[in-house]
Amino acid sequence: MSDNLSSGSTILRLQNVKKYFPVKRDLLQQLMRVGEQQYVHAVDDVSFEIEQGKVFGLVGESGSGKSTTGRLAVGLLEPTEGEVIFEDIHLNKLSGEELRKMRRYMQVIFQDPMASMNPRMTLGEGVGHGLKIHHLVNNQHEFRHRVSEILDKVGLTPGDAYFDRYPHQISGGQRQRAVIARALVMQPKLILADEPIAMADVSVKAVLLDLMVQLQREFGLTYLFITHDLATAKYICDRIAIMYLGEIIEVGDIKTVYTNPKHPYTEALLAAVPVPDPRFRRPAPMPRGEIPNAINPPSGCRFHPRCPIAQDICKTEHPRLLPVPDQPGHVAACHFRTGDYIHLDPGPLINTNVAVPK
Amino acid sequence: MSLFQIVPDRSQVNKQEIILSIRDLSVEYQTRRGVLSAIDTLSLDLYKGEVLGLVGESGSGKSTLGKAIMRMIPQPGRITKGQLIFKNQDLMQYDEKQMRDVRGKQISMIFQDPMTSLNPVQRIDNHIIEAIRVHEPSVTKDEALSRSESLMERLGIGRRRLNEYPHQLSGGMRQRVMIGLALALKANIIIADEATTSLDVIVEAQFLDLLRELKDEFGLTILLVTHNIGIVAELADRVAVMYAGRLAEVSSVDELFHNPKHPYTQGLLRSVPNIAMDSQDLYRMDGTPPNLVMPPSGCRFHPRCPHVMDICHQKQPWLVRVDEIGEGDEQVGGYDKHLASCWLHQEYQGSTQARRY
Repeated sequence: MSDNLSSGSTILRLQNVKKYFPVKRDLLQQLMRVGEQQYVHAVDDVSFEIEQGKVFGLVGESGSGKSTTGRLAVGLLEPTEGEVIFEDIHLNKLSGEELRKMRRYMQVIFQDPMASMNPRMTLGEGVGHGLKIHHLVNNQHEFRHRVSEILDKVGLTPGDAYFDRYPHQISGGQRQRAVIARALVMQPKLILADEPIAMADVSVKAVLLDLMVQLQREFGLTYLFITHDLATAKYICDRIAIMYLGEIIEVGDIKTVYTNPKHPYTEALLAAVPVPDPRFRRPAPMPRGEIPNAINPPSGCRFHPRCPIAQDICKTEHPRLLPVPDQPGHVAACHFRTGDYIHLDPGPLINTNVAVPK
Repeated sequence: MSLFQIVPDRSQVNKQEIILSIRDLSVEYQTRRGVLSAIDTLSLDLYKGEVLGLVGESGSGKSTLGKAIMRMIPQPGRITKGQLIFKNQDLMQYDEKQMRDVRGKQISMIFQDPMTSLNPVQRIDNHIIEAIRVHEPSVTKDEALSRSESLMERLGIGRRRLNEYPHQLSGGMRQRVMIGLALALKANIIIADEATTSLDVIVEAQFLDLLRELKDEFGLTILLVTHNIGIVAELADRVAVMYAGRLAEVSSVDELFHNPKHPYTQGLLRSVPNIAMDSQDLYRMDGTPPNLVMPPSGCRFHPRCPHVMDICHQKQPWLVRVDEIGEGDEQVGGYDKHLASCWLHQEYQGSTQARRY
């Protein structure tokens, strides 16, 4: 994939990135020095690029490698192979010190705000910590002003009053606002948001999601938005990549992928999402089984043991991510939908033309 | 979006037979900061054969209610008043030995994390055999084994997997084992407390399909405790919405989603991203759920309510009927009735005659 996919300016590019984690051998194997060293293929040959000012979604089930990919993308993990290029800078060629300096441009928001905040720092000190580390403020007065301003922006108003409070004194939703503020105060170019609203209460989720959309528009931010929730992804993302067992199996504009999914896994994933309306019924059947082990991923297409349209070819030949005919910017990795065997396509997995409310 | 199909007729509910009636139940926790009122004078009926969705946010008391039904409220909490009428008997009058016979055998519970409910050093088949023989001592080991084998086969867990330990099974399989335990004992009521929350979306869908089939096959009554209104829409016949320890609204699933009466329900429904909608303006609900050590006065939702009136600060609204009441229609609650507790709707009945459910 790559070059033909985007038109605007690319802020981040991953090229054939792999991340293998060694599996710890048991004590006996270590003592005897036997047994082959095994690896978890957490991320396997992943490439994509993110356009400046857009929200790029990375979606998959647990164990699909989406969080690992996110960490690789902002240089929190070093790839086993491949290149991560942020604004023409190859992250893996930087020294530790150089990478540290880059970090202010790439901020992260994780799932659990309590785990992301230092309980002994006031909100103001915690949120603005990066400003001091990167020497971006000259004195305490300027520091307090900058931080209070950003607290106001995320809805912790008045920011000056929240500055002196501690994380345990505010609600979970407010803590997540503070984490968002901490990312924003650095004036980053890219924000990695890894399940940023997953822990919030139902009634608070919408507020946080909406805040993230507003801030993105106001500051022209670029998000790498990781989520397992396809309804949330639909709400916030411009483009989306679907991951399965360490690989990206489909990429496209959100609307295209959701209305015209090409990979059978994407189809199943979309169909499995419960619709908050009793007049809709999810189409059956669902693929069999669960996501397999990433130590010994299945041969050929990794989805083949669960795929309803799999044939012999899928067990042996690994499908490449190829353009979907007549749909610019949309790629998928399925022999029957994009590859050399497109003439054998048995048709959509789920009949998409019946349907609709009663 | 067109990926979805029309809902066929729902379930075989017996609209006359109430299997479990919760009356004026209150649960309190003694905390260092004072008494936390987790459930406040709550009444709710469970009809035989129905799936009742119990929806609420964390801290709304939905899980506490599930545990209270089993009389398993952990210290320092306790049921301070109320009745739990199950098969014409008040479970609150039962002693611990009688309760043990109810738990698991008649009312079963499935939790979010099946790993914590299964014994890690016991094989799957032994779990089921033991459960059967504890409650039915006359059953031999071989009989229990063959019963569990055919049951697990039905749940899609092959004979070979029965020899394995819980950690060797996937999350979805473990959850099916939990269902199997309930079915092996022929439980009447299954309380599923966030049972699909830890499952991935495809496995969750498989599990919901299985529950739907089993419900009719085994005549189960299910109390589906969840924060996910999508799951409720998919599986429930009726819905009860909890807010801050009280019921905000109770109605059929279709009424609740298409004609919600309580401002909290209305806000909740509009604040959830819907994958079936092409574009959506999410509703942003003010504030956060209250601290139940010092709950707001009057209606507990009033600090967040867009329609708040003076009376909402002062008096607690009763749970009353909000649907059209026909000539001669009795005023009491029932399977088909739509109830809500909101001052906006109290005028449906003369306030002196309003019946509190």
